[in-house]
Amino acid sequence: MDHNLLIDVRGLLKVYGEAESEVRALDGLDAGVARGEFVAIMGPSGSGKSTLMNILGCLDRPTGGAYILDGRDVSGLSKNELAEVRNQKIGFVFQSFNLLPRLTALRNVTLPLLYNSAEELTDAEAEARARAALESVGLGQRLQHRPNQLSGGQQQRVAIARALVNRPPLLLADEPTGNLDSRASVEIMDLIHALHRQGVTIVMVTHEPDIAAHAERVICVKDGRVLATSAAGESPCLERALQGVELA
Amino acid sequence: MKSSRIFATAWEGLTLNKVRSFLTTLGVIIGVASVIIMLAISAGTEAAIASQINALGANLIIVSPMRGVPGASRTLLLEDAFALEVAVAGVDGVSAEQAPAAQTVKAAGVTLDAIDVIGTTADFPDVRDYAVGEGRYFTADENDRNAKVAVLGAGLALDLFGAESPIGQTVSIGSVKATVVGVMAAKGMVADVDYDGRIYLPINIVLDRLMPSTSLGGDRVRTIYVKAENQDRIDSVITQITAILAERHDVDPAKPDFSVQTQQDIIATQEATTAAFRDLLAWVAGVSLIVGGIGIMNIMLVSVTERTREIGLRQALGARPADVLLQFLIEAVILSLVGGLVGVALGVGGAYLLGEFGTMQTEIVPASIPLAFGAAAVVGIFFGYYPATRAAALDPIDALRRD
Ligand SMILES: Nc1ncnc2c1ncn2[C@@H]1O[C@H](COP(=O)(O)OP(=O)(O)O)[C@@H](O)[C@H]1O
Ligand SMILES: [Mg+2]
Repeated sequence: MDHNLLIDVRGLLKVYGEAESEVRALDGLDAGVARGEFVAIMGPSGSGKSTLMNILGCLDRPTGGAYILDGRDVSGLSKNELAEVRNQKIGFVFQSFNLLPRLTALRNVTLPLLYNSAEELTDAEAEARARAALESVGLGQRLQHRPNQLSGGQQQRVAIARALVNRPPLLLADEPTGNLDSRASVEIMDLIHALHRQGVTIVMVTHEPDIAAHAERVICVKDGRVLATSAAGESPCLERALQGVELA
Repeated sequence: MKSSRIFATAWEGLTLNKVRSFLTTLGVIIGVASVIIMLAISAGTEAAIASQINALGANLIIVSPMRGVPGASRTLLLEDAFALEVAVAGVDGVSAEQAPAAQTVKAAGVTLDAIDVIGTTADFPDVRDYAVGEGRYFTADENDRNAKVAVLGAGLALDLFGAESPIGQTVSIGSVKATVVGVMAAKGMVADVDYDGRIYLPINIVLDRLMPSTSLGGDRVRTIYVKAENQDRIDSVITQITAILAERHDVDPAKPDFSVQTQQDIIATQEATTAAFRDLLAWVAGVSLIVGGIGIMNIMLVSVTERTREIGLRQALGARPADVLLQFLIEAVILSLVGGLVGVALGVGGAYLLGEFGTMQTEIVPASIPLAFGAAAVVGIFFGYYPATRAAALDPIDALRRD
């Protein structure tokens, strides 16, 4: 076991449906992400990127294979143990933000603290933490706003603050800029960069080459397997995408 | 998650959808309020009946002819009353009563039609706990001598004589001219009888002069009231009365042509009817609570479906199945407890207003408040549990994918 790896997946298998209609969303995927690394995942639509992210985020379980997160095999954990892993180890950022629409930005960011049984924060401490997280993403003036009172970029920043409020070592982002215009995308990428500099390990799925170009390394996925992995700027996924050619 | 946080989270879930939360509790509100009001109505009815019957006098034993017994034509006679007075031990007094048809009463230029006349023996005021207000009641001697004396109810005295004292005045009751010797104290309406509007005469005069046809069959009386010395004597007095009357009437004491009842017997008979009524009401109220509970379950199931994405998101952020279960269970329990509180307030208020301004007497049963409230809590837990387990069993990824 490589202790330098925060994420280590071997022969990951995810099968949807049965027999005739069987879909192998992940088909023996191997990958590793080092601590502190910033990795982008690219690949054509339907190649299994989201399936992989959901398994990495412990939201879904693989049909087969091993997933070692922070030195611990999480494939066999109970529902309660997985909940704790999600709470403590992982911040997940969705393409569609997934904020609770009726709660203020502050309350949305407080949610992970409610389920943090490792730290036992008081209500005041939890609120202070959430406030600080929102300030760190530049939303100190928007604490009491509801999601529908915020722009898309601001909503995604609230979601990032929420993902980070429990200080997890790993940030998973599935097309975080997919719903944003280019200006907001740049803001979000700046924020993710800043987090990376602070030592957070980042795994990000994206379609857009200029977004992927921010990463240190690009993992290229096709048909549920890793096609190639390379330093940013050299990835076959990236090159072809830059040329506007879908990977055949 | 800390229990205070679960509670706050559940509360937040409810306040975010106030109208729906309110509509959900409506069933419980109605159920709880109706439990309290219905129990208050039946308790009030029972209390009204009991107080009316007790107002007849304390430690009373009521002897009346058994209705519908073949050949029981004579049944109770005035002599029976005298026999009881002489022979039964542990008795304070015996009063026989008979009522002729209503009579026209005249005095000093005032004529009143359809006045109720009651013939009694001399013990009547003692036995029936009915005090004389002015003058005196007639004596046993006066009754024996067929003396023409009368005692007026308080209201009747006022109607006939106004501010003047009626004592010593003459009144005519049908064909009988009698001297007024007393006026009863005011008593009011008891069990639909206006005691104050009646005139009281010695029973012998009534039987001789106002009910001449009955005298052919003996001096029949309507009721004999026997006042026991105290509560403990009542059983023994009943046994003696039954034995003496059975012998005098020559009937089997097990199949008498007369009935001997205490006030408690009458209250119990009346309560048996109201108890059936009360049980029915309790069932109706209970069913409405269950309907309220099903309403909660229904809305909670809808809520779980609608909030599937929220549940998935909470799970993604670290909520355990138990956290989700408790959040929804506590939402249901809060709904039913708030419904219970509002229901208690409405029930107590409603029962009070009904008693104050309605036609019924109501008496709030203190135990009905914790009962109804507890039932609401149980309903919340019972009917909230299933939707909550549905929420907790959701898989995070499935829940997040749902829109
Ligand atoms: N819940 C599901 N049920 C059945 N098939 C699914 C499900 N989720 C994804 N798939 C299939 O798995 C494959 C990979 O999907 P996904 O991981 O979403 O791809 P990507 O995110 O790279 O576009 C696709 O063929 C998709 O149709
Ligand atoms: Mg995808």
